[in-house]
Amino acid sequence: MTNILSGKEISAKLIQFGDINEYDDVSVWVPKNEIFRVCDFLKNDTDSKFVFLRSISAVDYIEYFEIIYHLVSFEFNNSCVVKTKCYGRADAFLQSVTSLWTGADLQEREIWDLMGVRFEGHPNMKRILLWEGFEGHPLRKDFIGSN
Amino acid sequence: MPIETKPITINLGPQHPSTHGVFRLRVTLDGEQVIEVEPVFGYMHRGSEKLAEQRSYTQIVTLTDRLDWVASMSNNLAYVRTVEKLASIEVPIRAQYIRVISAELQRIASHLVATGFFLQELGVFGTTLMYCFRERERILDLFEMLCGARMTLSYMRPGGVTQDAPDMFWQALDKFTNDMPGYADELESMINDNEVVLARTKGIGIIERDYAVDASVTGPMLRATGVQWDLRKADPYEVYSDLDFDVPIGSAGDTYDRYLVRIKEVRESLKIIKECVKRIEPGSVRTETNYFVRPPIGDVYSSIEGPKGELGFYLVSNGDIAPYRCKIRSPSYLNLTVLKEVLKGCKLADLIVIFGSFDVVMGEVDR
Repeated sequence: MTNILSGKEISAKLIQFGDINEYDDVSVWVPKNEIFRVCDFLKNDTDSKFVFLRSISAVDYIEYFEIIYHLVSFEFNNSCVVKTKCYGRADAFLQSVTSLWTGADLQEREIWDLMGVRFEGHPNMKRILLWEGFEGHPLRKDFIGSN
Repeated sequence: MPIETKPITINLGPQHPSTHGVFRLRVTLDGEQVIEVEPVFGYMHRGSEKLAEQRSYTQIVTLTDRLDWVASMSNNLAYVRTVEKLASIEVPIRAQYIRVISAELQRIASHLVATGFFLQELGVFGTTLMYCFRERERILDLFEMLCGARMTLSYMRPGGVTQDAPDMFWQALDKFTNDMPGYADELESMINDNEVVLARTKGIGIIERDYAVDASVTGPMLRATGVQWDLRKADPYEVYSDLDFDVPIGSAGDTYDRYLVRIKEVRESLKIIKECVKRIEPGSVRTETNYFVRPPIGDVYSSIEGPKGELGFYLVSNGDIAPYRCKIRSPSYLNLTVLKEVLKGCKLADLIVIFGSFDVVMGEVDR
């Protein structure tokens, strides 16, 4: 059985990144500007080894976007959920984790395309499912499509 | 004297027989050699995730049918499991067995399609494809007995399955599980030691083990590289923890290994089905839920081992009858991450074979 680390356990691991005290049963919220360093740590730390990026999701909560990282460690059969909040609708951006996991490549492009959150440091930040020139980002809650 | 050649860019697709759906590749070639590949996605984007936000939890089951249409049963299972986790719905044990049986039948069907088309891409004109489809047809017949549909099944519901399997299903299933090993032997005798197949697939399209993990590759593609990771074993769901089966792995991570892992998985699936049939007991097949499921506020991620890899759903509920957000982690899409690297340097004729061995379905890639 994959052991799902509780938010408390993950935040205890992340003690060096200052006070990360926002967590619930299964996830931990990390400040936006720390996300790359936190992911780097979780991937390379010998007690964590979250070498597999399961998925990156984005949710539009109107006042902020939440980006959710689901990570898995094959060695310990652990999984964990790291979340971050991204404020500002006009120019929402975040640091890319493609240099840590190649698997982030298509997912970050998809989030930019459908949710409109840009990833800094991504080698090819272009639309992926929709065509260049499409106006708006459909998964945003304020997107009004032609019906 | 060496002849100067200029790189040329050609366009593969969007309509191409090797893709299940519409997929386009912009390929830069130096003679026969592929220098660069630029995949172009999105020709089949239907906005499933957005559509899901306007439908009730039960209605979304029909949307999942249309993701990976050669494996709708697995999509159903992944989705309803997520809803059950979100709304804390218990599933009767008989329903769990029926779900495992149908999901494993679906895995066999999907792998048969993959194998058939893979050989079609190698230039085997029709024979193996028709052999594979003959067997798949029987699985579709079984599904028809279960729910009346053959492709877009919508058989599962949050809380169980729509209806119990009829008697004729169990008889036909028994016959199928007895016949199928012979058919698998027949397929393997045609393919495994075939000189042309070996020459075209051994050592072609190699994916390194570490690179596969790094690039979020899952399913038979990951296991062909030698990583023992199968969610049915690593994170058992439904009744898999009670069942005895092996997880076949490859070693080289090449095109041939990907085929071999699939055909071995077919045999393991048959083993699982046989054991399920032995263990299943009469009982209810569905927990009564309200027609409109209203899960409490929260979010949940749950995934299963689909035929193509880890198929997961991430649902966010705000207490309403429709999800606030429904994200699909589709294996076909993420498996394509490695496409660019793997195809670099291969021959144009191998490109189609390698792509075929990935076994992607565009409905799931573009969603």
